[in-house]
Amino acid sequence: MSGSLDAYLLLAGALFSIGVFGFLARRNAIAMLMSIELMLNAVNLAIVTFGAFVPALTTHASVIALMVMAVAAGEATVGLAIVIAIFRNRRTPLVDEYDAMRE
Amino acid sequence: MTIPATVPVLGWAWDDLLFLGLAGILLGAALLVVLGRDIIHSGLWMMLCFGALAGVYALLGAPLVAVAQVLVYVGAISVLVLFAIMLTQSKAGPLRLVFHRQAWVAAIASIVLFALFVVVVAEGDWPQRAAEVTRTATDQLARLLFNDYVLPFEGVGVLLLAAVIGGVYLAKRDPGQGGSL
Repeated sequence: MSGSLDAYLLLAGALFSIGVFGFLARRNAIAMLMSIELMLNAVNLAIVTFGAFVPALTTHASVIALMVMAVAAGEATVGLAIVIAIFRNRRTPLVDEYDAMRE
Repeated sequence: MTIPATVPVLGWAWDDLLFLGLAGILLGAALLVVLGRDIIHSGLWMMLCFGALAGVYALLGAPLVAVAQVLVYVGAISVLVLFAIMLTQSKAGPLRLVFHRQAWVAAIASIVLFALFVVVVAEGDWPQRAAEVTRTATDQLARLLFNDYVLPFEGVGVLLLAAVIGGVYLAKRDPGQGGSL
């Protein structure tokens, strides 16, 4: 089981699906950002899995996973800063109350 | 005292037991992140989820990625998220509806997506389905990172600098604007 590509890929798929559900269903902007982090981690897991099972890709996969991690850190920084900036104006973290452009 | 070759009662390999345990913790914590009502608890479950994922990386023979996962996600991003949660908690927030009214559509969509993943994994023509996990040698990784990938590496550095400056700029209060945040 721990030596099968399918198990790890299914784990990554399940994690990604959970992230998709959270992103679509949660009302809180920060919960949506956390769901995005879950999805990014699922993709990273898939990358590292292919690296572990295809010998020619092993070190490349680790390098790419590290790059993805760095970009995800930048995304989290800017995303949370945007949420805090919006919260300062609208006084709510709930995304369905951000309706200024609908009126 | 020596450790037996397989798990005593069940007869599995130790790696399988580790994989099942870590996968269970990972998926359980991820579900609690998404479904929990209290967002602070969601943030704490997210830390556990990332820690279990670091264990899975170690199981996959990528120790440097596992360490970076602990440093970056468990250490840095989770703390950032927890701070942002504490800055944006309104009194009415947690008591009201956690999900959108159309959450069931999202549930159907994610279940369909997972079914698609299962079909792709089952039917796909993957190179090696079952093999020994290849361990990543850290010295080779360093050599690759600072030779072939040095330009993307520097690019990521510049991107992180830009993200930090952008984050500070976005989140700082305007001098003219009062407010108590």
